[in-house]
Amino acid sequence: MSNRPITEDDLHAYVDRALEPEREAEISAYLEKHPDMAKRIAAYSDERNLLRSALLPIAEEPLPPQLNLARMIERPRRRPSSLRWAIAAMLMLSIGGLGGWMIRGATFAPAGGLAALAEEASDSYKVYASDHTRPVELRDSAELVQWVSNRLRQPVKLPDLSKSGYRLMGGRVVPTAHGPAAMFMYDDDHGERLVVLTRPMTSDQNAPMAAHSGGDVAGFSWADGGTGYSLVGPRGVNSLRPLANEIRKQAQTI
Amino acid sequence: MNDMLRLVEPLIPALRRYARALVRDHAAADDLVQDCLERAVIHWEQRRSDNPRPWLFAILHNLAINQFRRATTRGVHVAIDETNEDAFGQEAAQEQKVMYRDVMAKLAKLPHDQRAVLLLVGVEDLSYADAAKVLGVPIGTVMSRLARARERLHQELEGTAGQLDHNVVQLRNKT
Repeated sequence: MSNRPITEDDLHAYVDRALEPEREAEISAYLEKHPDMAKRIAAYSDERNLLRSALLPIAEEPLPPQLNLARMIERPRRRPSSLRWAIAAMLMLSIGGLGGWMIRGATFAPAGGLAALAEEASDSYKVYASDHTRPVELRDSAELVQWVSNRLRQPVKLPDLSKSGYRLMGGRVVPTAHGPAAMFMYDDDHGERLVVLTRPMTSDQNAPMAAHSGGDVAGFSWADGGTGYSLVGPRGVNSLRPLANEIRKQAQTI
Repeated sequence: MNDMLRLVEPLIPALRRYARALVRDHAAADDLVQDCLERAVIHWEQRRSDNPRPWLFAILHNLAINQFRRATTRGVHVAIDETNEDAFGQEAAQEQKVMYRDVMAKLAKLPHDQRAVLLLVGVEDLSYADAAKVLGVPIGTVMSRLARARERLHQELEGTAGQLDHNVVQLRNKT
């Protein structure tokens, strides 16, 4: 018999039968000597069993057709067509300049180059991040870097956001009015997706970081040494600014 | 992917049970499970551990929490379904049905973080470490939430919590 003191955690682990046999025996012996505590622990055990019995029938119900996993694996669901139309409509609006795309920054005058980049990044985000079938063209990071570097005719470095909990899903080359751009997509454990867009800048070759937002989307854009970057994600993600700073830092060490 | 079908399909009933007990609305719960499975299909290659069980519960839990959060920010009252009698199967005796309905109603009164830990540990048999992963909190937090949840459910079932509420209402009425 050990003389370790009995803890509340031990008592709950006793209820869950999660203790080593030796410790379990010690708890049993303790409860024999403490009837009040024993009563409470017995009640917890009964209530645990009651809850299990009450919920058991749900797990025994036949699964509805919407939860047919084999079918989901065969043919992952596409977004409902109404949503696709909504995205198309949003795109038309933002191309027409009516989408309410707003750009602001303390030291930044909303000039052509960076504002266009921000818009391109948010368009890419809206189209590809919502795609559950094929959000990215290439998942292999080495292949991806080679492809986008060839198309952009300059070395492109993949931002690594793993320390912030975002994994690279992959990326693709996307068309813009200013030539090809590289899009990288990331997600975290919650399935939250972010998009980074980068391309050579024709104007605004160096521009301080500016926040922008429109609709459900928000982001930060900047340009260093002729290359522009824009990070876009769902509005309300607080970590966007530190993530943007991290990407900027990594890009400067090319 | 065949691998996925073999490993994940047997877990679907438990995922449904967790979702239903957490959000209480039958259709909303199945939608969450569907969403969870679709995400799992897409991210199957990116999962980090060999045991898909905590991973799937984590995806499902996060989806449910996001839904709770959206409902709160919108200021919408989350509708709590009256427990459907069919949910308890036909074979359960009448008296048992009453008890089952009672425990479900009392469970629904718990804050959702307490409800979650009670379900993951007590019903779904996740280890404390796995429950911590699902909830994204340290094990110590799992243990303290579990203790609070068990005590709260116990008081609700004994009717003592109800009496406390009653007193509060009376005091308010007097002022």
